Amino acid sequence: MAGRIISLAVLLCAACAALRPPERGATAGAQPAAAAAPADPFPSTYRPLPSEPTLIRNATILTAAGPRIENGSILLRDGRIVAVAPRIDAGDAVVIDARGRWITPGIIDTHSHLGVYAAPGIASLSDGNELTSPVTAQVWAEHSVWPQDPQFALALAGGITALQILPGSGNLIGGRGVTLKNVPARTAQGMKFPGAPHGLKMACGENPKRVYGGRSTAPSTGMGNVAGYRAAWIRAAKYRGEWDRWQEAGADPARRPDRDLQLETLAGVLRGEILVHNHCYRADEMAQMIDVAKEFGYRIASFHHAVESYKLRDVLAREQICSSMWADWWGFKLEAFDGIKQNIALVDEAGACAIVHSDDAQQIQRLNQEAAKAMAAGRQYGIAIDREHAIRWLTLNPAKALGIDRWTGSLEPGKNADVVVWSGDPFSVYSKPDLVFIDGALVYDRADPAKQPHSDFIIGTMPREVVR
Amino acid sequence: MIRANNTRATTSPQAATLLGRLAGVVTLNKGFRRFALGAACGAALPLCSAHAQTIAITNARVLTAAGAPLERGTVLIRDGRIQAVGASVQVPASARVIDATGKWVTPGFLDSSTGIGTVEISLSADGTVDLATTERRITAAFRAADNLNPFSTLIPITRVEGITRVVVAPASGASLIAGQGLLMDLGNDGPTLTIHRDPVGMFVVLGEPAAALAGGSRGAVLLQLREALQDARDYAANRNAFEAAQRRAYALSRLDLEALVPVLRREVPLVVQAHRASDILAALRVAAEYNLRLVLTGANEAWMVAPQIAAAGVPVVLDPSRNLPTFESLGITFENAARLHAAGVLVAFASFDSHNARNLKQEAGIAVAYGMPYDAALRAVTVNPARIWGIAERYGTLEAGKDADVVVWSADPFEVTTVVEHVFIRGRQMPVDTRQRDLFLRYRTIDGAVPPAYHR
Repeated sequence: MAGRIISLAVLLCAACAALRPPERGATAGAQPAAAAAPADPFPSTYRPLPSEPTLIRNATILTAAGPRIENGSILLRDGRIVAVAPRIDAGDAVVIDARGRWITPGIIDTHSHLGVYAAPGIASLSDGNELTSPVTAQVWAEHSVWPQDPQFALALAGGITALQILPGSGNLIGGRGVTLKNVPARTAQGMKFPGAPHGLKMACGENPKRVYGGRSTAPSTGMGNVAGYRAAWIRAAKYRGEWDRWQEAGADPARRPDRDLQLETLAGVLRGEILVHNHCYRADEMAQMIDVAKEFGYRIASFHHAVESYKLRDVLAREQICSSMWADWWGFKLEAFDGIKQNIALVDEAGACAIVHSDDAQQIQRLNQEAAKAMAAGRQYGIAIDREHAIRWLTLNPAKALGIDRWTGSLEPGKNADVVVWSGDPFSVYSKPDLVFIDGALVYDRADPAKQPHSDFIIGTMPREVVR
Repeated sequence: MIRANNTRATTSPQAATLLGRLAGVVTLNKGFRRFALGAACGAALPLCSAHAQTIAITNARVLTAAGAPLERGTVLIRDGRIQAVGASVQVPASARVIDATGKWVTPGFLDSSTGIGTVEISLSADGTVDLATTERRITAAFRAADNLNPFSTLIPITRVEGITRVVVAPASGASLIAGQGLLMDLGNDGPTLTIHRDPVGMFVVLGEPAAALAGGSRGAVLLQLREALQDARDYAANRNAFEAAQRRAYALSRLDLEALVPVLRREVPLVVQAHRASDILAALRVAAEYNLRLVLTGANEAWMVAPQIAAAGVPVVLDPSRNLPTFESLGITFENAARLHAAGVLVAFASFDSHNARNLKQEAGIAVAYGMPYDAALRAVTVNPARIWGIAERYGTLEAGKDADVVVWSADPFEVTTVVEHVFIRGRQMPVDTRQRDLFLRYRTIDGAVPPAYHR
């Protein structure tokens, strides 16, 4: 395929766009934070790993922001992407010849339970679902994250550079999700993506009504589900009003309203500071959730699993709501029975935001293959999709849904240097990440065991010959 | 998805194991059995009428699983069998010719462990789930064949993706002996399923799940397994005394003892799921003690005891796409398949899935990406399982005389961007229709004035 020549000037111009604040849209409109909720009491302590200026050249580059670049180069310096172009002067940079290899942005998963459902999968490490009440907006997934989960390193070997850890879907409102950088750290705070907004996990459908209906408590039906969301948002709106009025009246410390962790989270959604991630399989239930969101004035960043998004793709495009989907999982529940392999392609074709997510510690290691299957299934039925477009399902679109697209998700000057060098075409079962960079630091090298992180758990428990 | 605190339910269908039975009529045929619920294959059914057709697939890259690939080969199908395969096959004038220039052709693939035909919707519709029984402690007599639904939507959805044969295995219910599996093809049109071997194996589980069933320890599992085999051996030698009530009491029911007799005679293999290396070694010991034919499944740590497995001549059925450590699989690795193959172990692949058994070919690709030679991976989904399950005379390679399970692929079948173009099962071309294709067509456009409900 003939290489497309792109001028450096064009790419630098693209950099200007990349540095602008995210547009309102799938990202959900973030408003400046009001002072009602305290500053993040669990701040990120992430620091980029040491890096050196690096030029990777002679690669096929999928930028997720424009055309494919054949025999292209990318320059990383001080944690940022400096340039992406056919030719770049190396200067003092370390040069990596990537002839025959491909480069993409780091892969981003909007839906993971790594750390909260850690391996080995035993009861002691099952910390993802606070199934004690249908509304648990007060819980934060980051407080369940075990940073020693060996699955983080496996995902890194699959090219995952950022991921949202969500609570499970047994509750109507499950709690806050957290976006992590996929770097090894001693603490969850050491992995938190600086500046990333929290997510709020909500769930439609069978799971909440099965969990609570099975206990003869609400909700036990679809209508019980919706009543449960609305009751929670009514309380949240009242709480927000109390705090807003207190602020407007001068924020007298003696008259400060009582804090409520649950309502603090929900008020954060109403203020646009926290992004809603809504587990929802069926199209009709998505439409109900959109109306609930409109009733209370919040936006849904992404539906998750969304096996019927193809049935509602026009509405999802109009409402600018992303769909985080699997390539082919179906049938394990009635609400997944209408899953089709063209779901992702149809959503994308309609102009809606399509994302390939995992919700699975095995699939997160090969999201590139899942995207490839979805692309092929679309093409088989006449939906034209090329690799330079499909790569967005794994990078820019999830970055938008997580509210981190100003920093990552595409290879553009000025953005964080989150980069994967693949052994070959990333849309192949045979290709693997050879090198993974996060903020310009080489955090994984398939050829160098010294550049492969391992959790404490595997020390002395696993045979040394295990290669993952 | 939901994840409860103690039951770590996953979305993968293999997590669902529930019970049920479906009465069916089984008639014996030489070489294989047919399972019938009602009407036989009639002239009105297009698949049946296509049976006698002669088909030539020409100019293809042919992977025979029996030797080197043919770069521009022809596969000639006649009367349900492969009549000829080669670079210069004479094509009869009457043959329907499929020009497969640039395409790849392989035998249809065989998934060595599924629940296809015994499960429709795993979690929400219990009535459609017949994977296992929770009825009794030992259920050797439980037969997957009694659970089959030939009208399952999973059958066409799986076969249009190049999987033409499956082992249907009972899942572990309340017993460490789950029961008897079968091997069928997916070429049915209507109620008649073609079952090529039943029982194809006696399915048993060892390790953590078995210990939970047997009273909390691996020792209790082996005690119960040995007791069952000893009782069956005693029963086989003393049937008359048993019928006359002149024999000691057995731990197993008469039906369960009967079902184990062919296992003791080596007519039916004992198919043992074991992951931890120590559990695999235990399975090898029990098989040696009772002179059983053993097949290992799962076997995540098998590579750690590969020399012992190879020395015992025991084949291994595994999913090469898994690498998440558990306490009984701390040594799990994507390289398990490659290492076993290198040690001389006969390896076959399985999805251990139902709805997405169709991803068997992706699993094979992952095995290749982690060191399995390509031809060995191809054999692991064709001729190797044919040998393990005892149907190699009729299936597993593209060679004259074999059943014509033949698939035409757009390219390398293990590649995730490849799609299936034609599927033949026993010489009959399979339709492209599936419930999922119908849904796609119904929703191809959604902007019309007429609701999708009127699109068929």
